Amino acid sequence: MNTILTHEHTAMQQQSDMPMPKKVLLLGSGALKIGEAGEFDYSGSQALKALKEEGIYTVLINPNIATVQTSEGVADKIYFLPVTPFFVEKVIEKERPEGILLAFGGQTALNCGVALYKSGVLEKYNVRVLGTPVQAIIDTEDRELFVKKLDEINVKTIKSHAVENIEDAKKAAAELGYPIIVRAAYALGGLGSGFCDNEEELVQIAEKAFSFSPQVLIEKSLKGWKEIEYEVVRDRFDNCITVCNMENFDPLGIHTGESIVIAPSQTLTNSEYHKLRELAIRIIRHIGIVGECNVQYAFDPESEDYRVIEVNARLSRSSALASKATGYPLAFVAAKLGLGYGLFDLKNSVTKVTSAFFEPALDYVVCKIPRWDLGKFRGVDRELGSSMKSVGEVMAIGRTFEEALQKGLRMIGQGMHGFVGNKELEIPDVDKALREPTDKRIFVISKAMRAGYTLDQIHELTKIDRWFLQKLMNIVRTMQALEKNQASHLDITPADVDEDLLRTAKSQGFSDFQIARGLGLEHFTSTEKAILVIRDLRKKMGIIPVVKQIDTLAAEYPAQTNYLYITYNGVTNDVKYVGDRKSIIVLGSGAYRIGSSVEFDWCGVQALNTIRQNGYRSVMINYNPETVSTDYDMCDRLYFDELTFERVMDIIELENPHGVIVSTGGQIPNNLAMRLDEEHVNILGTTAKSIDNAEDRDKFSAMLDRIGVDQPEWSALTSMDDVNAFIEKVGFPVLVRPSYVLSGAAMNVCSNQEELERFLKLAANVSKQHPVVISQFIENAKEVEMDAVAQNGEIIAYAISEHIEYAGVHSGDATIQFPPQKLYVETVRRIKRISRQIAKELNISGPFNIQYLARENDIKVIECNLRASRSFPFVSKVLKINLIDLATKVMLGLPVEKPHKSLFDLDYVGVKASQFSFNRLQKADPVLGVDMASTGEVGCIGDDSASAVLTAMLSVGHRIPAKNILLSTGSAKQKTEMLDAARLLAAKGYKLYATGGTSRFLTENGVENTLVYWPSEEGHPQALDMLHSKAIDLVVNIPKNLTTGELTNGYKVRRAAIDLNIPLITNARLASAFINAFCTLDINNIAIKSWDEYK
Amino acid sequence: MQQTKNASLRLENGAVFRGKSFGYDRSVAGEVVFNTAMTGYPESLTDPSYSGQILVFTYPLIGNYGVPADEIKQRISTFYESEKIHVRGVVVSDYSFEYSHWNAVKSLADWLKEQGIAGIYGVDTREITSLLREEGSMKGAIQLEGEDEIAFEDPNLVNQVDVVSCKEIITYGTGAKKVVMVDCGVKHNIIRCLLRRDVTLIRVPWDYDFNTLEYDGLFISNGPGNPDLCGAAVEHLRQALNGDKPIFGICMGNQLLSKAGGAKVYKLKYGHRGHNQPVRLVGTNRCFVTSQNHGFAVDSNTLGNDWEPMFVNMNDGTNEGIRHKFKPFFSAQFHPEAASGPTDTEFLFDEFVQLIK
Repeated sequence: MNTILTHEHTAMQQQSDMPMPKKVLLLGSGALKIGEAGEFDYSGSQALKALKEEGIYTVLINPNIATVQTSEGVADKIYFLPVTPFFVEKVIEKERPEGILLAFGGQTALNCGVALYKSGVLEKYNVRVLGTPVQAIIDTEDRELFVKKLDEINVKTIKSHAVENIEDAKKAAAELGYPIIVRAAYALGGLGSGFCDNEEELVQIAEKAFSFSPQVLIEKSLKGWKEIEYEVVRDRFDNCITVCNMENFDPLGIHTGESIVIAPSQTLTNSEYHKLRELAIRIIRHIGIVGECNVQYAFDPESEDYRVIEVNARLSRSSALASKATGYPLAFVAAKLGLGYGLFDLKNSVTKVTSAFFEPALDYVVCKIPRWDLGKFRGVDRELGSSMKSVGEVMAIGRTFEEALQKGLRMIGQGMHGFVGNKELEIPDVDKALREPTDKRIFVISKAMRAGYTLDQIHELTKIDRWFLQKLMNIVRTMQALEKNQASHLDITPADVDEDLLRTAKSQGFSDFQIARGLGLEHFTSTEKAILVIRDLRKKMGIIPVVKQIDTLAAEYPAQTNYLYITYNGVTNDVKYVGDRKSIIVLGSGAYRIGSSVEFDWCGVQALNTIRQNGYRSVMINYNPETVSTDYDMCDRLYFDELTFERVMDIIELENPHGVIVSTGGQIPNNLAMRLDEEHVNILGTTAKSIDNAEDRDKFSAMLDRIGVDQPEWSALTSMDDVNAFIEKVGFPVLVRPSYVLSGAAMNVCSNQEELERFLKLAANVSKQHPVVISQFIENAKEVEMDAVAQNGEIIAYAISEHIEYAGVHSGDATIQFPPQKLYVETVRRIKRISRQIAKELNISGPFNIQYLARENDIKVIECNLRASRSFPFVSKVLKINLIDLATKVMLGLPVEKPHKSLFDLDYVGVKASQFSFNRLQKADPVLGVDMASTGEVGCIGDDSASAVLTAMLSVGHRIPAKNILLSTGSAKQKTEMLDAARLLAAKGYKLYATGGTSRFLTENGVENTLVYWPSEEGHPQALDMLHSKAIDLVVNIPKNLTTGELTNGYKVRRAAIDLNIPLITNARLASAFINAFCTLDINNIAIKSWDEYK
Repeated sequence: MQQTKNASLRLENGAVFRGKSFGYDRSVAGEVVFNTAMTGYPESLTDPSYSGQILVFTYPLIGNYGVPADEIKQRISTFYESEKIHVRGVVVSDYSFEYSHWNAVKSLADWLKEQGIAGIYGVDTREITSLLREEGSMKGAIQLEGEDEIAFEDPNLVNQVDVVSCKEIITYGTGAKKVVMVDCGVKHNIIRCLLRRDVTLIRVPWDYDFNTLEYDGLFISNGPGNPDLCGAAVEHLRQALNGDKPIFGICMGNQLLSKAGGAKVYKLKYGHRGHNQPVRLVGTNRCFVTSQNHGFAVDSNTLGNDWEPMFVNMNDGTNEGIRHKFKPFFSAQFHPEAASGPTDTEFLFDEFVQLIK
């Protein structure tokens, strides 16, 4: 007799055989970067919640100060320190935790944990790894071990050869046959990997991969296969479930982070679905995961053949998506399992009565769409491939695929209205664009369909499963049907439109705008008006959406879930609205993108907390699966839906709220203020009119003139003659802001006529409809930020911070210190005065931010936003005054007191540094400018500026150089600026290498250095060679100007530094600050202090 | 847009859901039940346990991968769970008129038309499910616009097992161990699972007195409807319980074995139909995700002294299987053969076959 039927029951293993730790350390993921973004704030926050519930004392290391997990009350102790073995060991030494969680901070935490395990630190301090054992992590991370492990249970993997040099790579590729894929082992989200069709490409890609990892993998390419993922959970009693599976819209070959992803899978039969599920469980058992992991498959579209691509033995972007897609809190459960619980011990957190040991049944479909910002990067390669470039993502929920997809395409926020009804893209070669996907792929498909390509043709070119294409074709057909029903006038009545057609359109996710465009209403009126006409029309016809719940069990069990979405595929609301006007709706920030990221999620969450605490029903609308604000625990009602005017109005009409907050979610809600106001929505805090007065350049400028506040001269110009006349007046350099809508091009600073003309030609033709805004650019000016909260025009609390870089670096890329360390008292006084004037004039009630330029004590206003800014979490946490809490109270009309503390009382310094992801953006020039390029940030605190700068820079991936530094320090002025730093380096024994002008300058000034040559120059040593041979530990390359030659030479060096993973700094002031910090401070002497120890 | 006839789903409680017909254009009545599985519509529709029922899929997108070929080899369907569709009607939210799969030969709509089965789409299946959950499974009808209103009908008053069971003995395979299968409406994957384990299978009609046959092990299959109408099978089982030959039952088999062991069965409010039902092996920490399809359940409290619950549902605590305390008799309320659904408990077939000496 065997186990299951034996009558001597297996004794239940008791909880007591695994003691509950009292103190646990959790590693965060640091700054947001491409491939490692907000999802880890969500997973870490959930894990901390799970531990807290058990009464465990939690310690968190995460320098990402803008996250929710680093807020008060989430962890017991927070260290804003780099997640590196050095600092983590220091914290372990100090805190002596019994347990450590490695699975909740992405690859950063995992790699750090593995290093600590291998170096014996965990053993030395007797720290137990909770959840998946480190050996299991190593088995999944080391490709060779992984394949061997899966071979043991006869699970097929992609044939892969691990090689350690280029020659072996060539041999392996020849053996497998091209096309092949190259991957770097131990790399984040496909970093340094790529497809190669021939040996030449192989050498190029392999060299880059070797710079990230000593081991590189050569694999047979399975381009065209389906890509399927499973999220699997296992407890220590060997119970397993798969919480969700997901199917990539794009076939294998495009990184899953770059692909549209659908959950659950749509094109798999039962047999296929369960074959892969069974394999996933077999794998997780054999590897010995305790907690959560993700299994990725390549799946043959013509049979049931498969290959396992990889297993992530940690929470991942996919697991965050799966949690949001199903309502199953994977990170929370994984943390509990790490503590020793069985799945059977835990309850389904949605139903609260059924077991957590189950697999969610969805009665909707979810569509994830990546958000790219490639337009921000000069020279970037736009083709999608095996490495990730997207900076954010959205998740759309619907009850048809068409509905979910069209919602999603609007959510990504790049001016698209859905799959159809968009401004026509100019695609010179549609076939090529279909074959070689870029960030525009989905719209290329739309174009091809409308141009008469057959499904088979599109399938042949894209290898996208026909089912997806069929569904997309449905959308095109509906649009064509609408177009056949052209309206002859604006006053259309229900009698003019086919009701069935309108219902079909809405059930396929058409927005009112798309319908208006289809029916041709734009011929008669403005876009905004046309939308309202359709809205009114369909309401008359009874075509209104309904609210449905996400309940994990497809309505099988009653659920009190507050996790909601809106659909036209239904007749009944799941929510019974009581109409008590107790709801306060907070509009979220949408997809993470360059310029709007986790900081606004923090703001939204803080607003929700304050609303809840004050007896209102907190309601969030947001659609970003990487966020904490879309965790249904964070509010009383979560609408996981669009932030379009149409959808926000739908929800407002259902909720009938007390008011709406538009000022904590960045620019998306801010932009809705006027239109909501026109519909008589109660906008809490600062009025829509004031918001408009600050947003509208002309109105704002006129106001500043009226109250006597200075600003850089600017003008909106419509002809080249006007441009020249303006420049004649203000002189070069100027800041040029072309119409984004037209060109998608970035802002830029132009220092001479040639640059200006070249840039304007590149960016846009100046025209009447699309004027170019040109402003005077003030050089060597300091940039100062004022973040504040006002009530009825009076400032209640404020924080003034200072950029380390001079103006010209976008405030989102700048390194910021708070409190300011080098501002004149008079400057601060003037800034306070002007801010007071502006707050009064705009009668601000709520959060706002003003950016200033300061040269000597001459102060100019650059910009004013009547909403929370990117720096709110940073200054709130450094100052230890929650500005959003204050602002929310103001907006709720509650009495607030001015805090007794001010920034002048702080005995420490906070430094916010930016994280760049140039390593993922192939070919992009890693140089900073007036348009933002960073993907994330950290904020570190120190007893002085230098220690805060040092920990902040180390947190964003800089390393203290060992020996050799390559300097190219730009213009004469910048060279002078850098001279002290160069002397310091030389004095510290660093070996300096410098290019022509810099070398001469250093020599003239008595700084010993070795001359190296630019790529365009003859002679040795060549800068690029030194980089390739890894002889350089730090590159300081400061672009002089935008001339072609400078750009080419500098570009090559900068790009090589990035591709070879050598730290690069491109700003003289930042370079000086960093060099000064690591030359004057010994890293061993940096105080290991938690947030609460800075008093 | 598709040209389809208007249709509606009427429920016993008066609720009406308007949609369109996509299957065979006819009105039909039956018991309306829902299934929460996200895959496996060809398997579900051919599962004889749905005999007499109108099936609502809670998963909204149905028909995506078409329907595989109707191929029968050695009296076993290659891709279906029986020879034909057993549900009376299909209710879906978003029917996929086009499909895509290498193994498909036709669309779901064409298959329904071919087999004369009604189908309705474009209705709020989540709301229908909520109603069934709150008020219990109920009678209902798919009503085609323009046709006479069809009367409600309770399929549980008819012995559905008798409707779907084989009418003669069928022998499969040439394995070493001889297993008699009492066919209450067996799914073909059960046959496949047993045949993979060196078994000769003798499939007999539900009311056949198998005690007259020579066999090494006894299997009682799944089946539709009310177990209280299967008295003959229970009588035969009672006799078999006097012996020592291994007995294994699935679904209806669990209910009949329980009845033979003295227990009572009762009708669940709305049943368990889906792929995500968690069960726990009683007295252990071992849990399994199972495929289920049943409207009746065994009352564990009424089990005889020689019996004990073997599996329990982790959501609602209902019985999910029983075993004899001393003899090699056991059964599962869920479907270890899966098809459709998770395959976690297929090992029960190994256990059964190993018990056979």
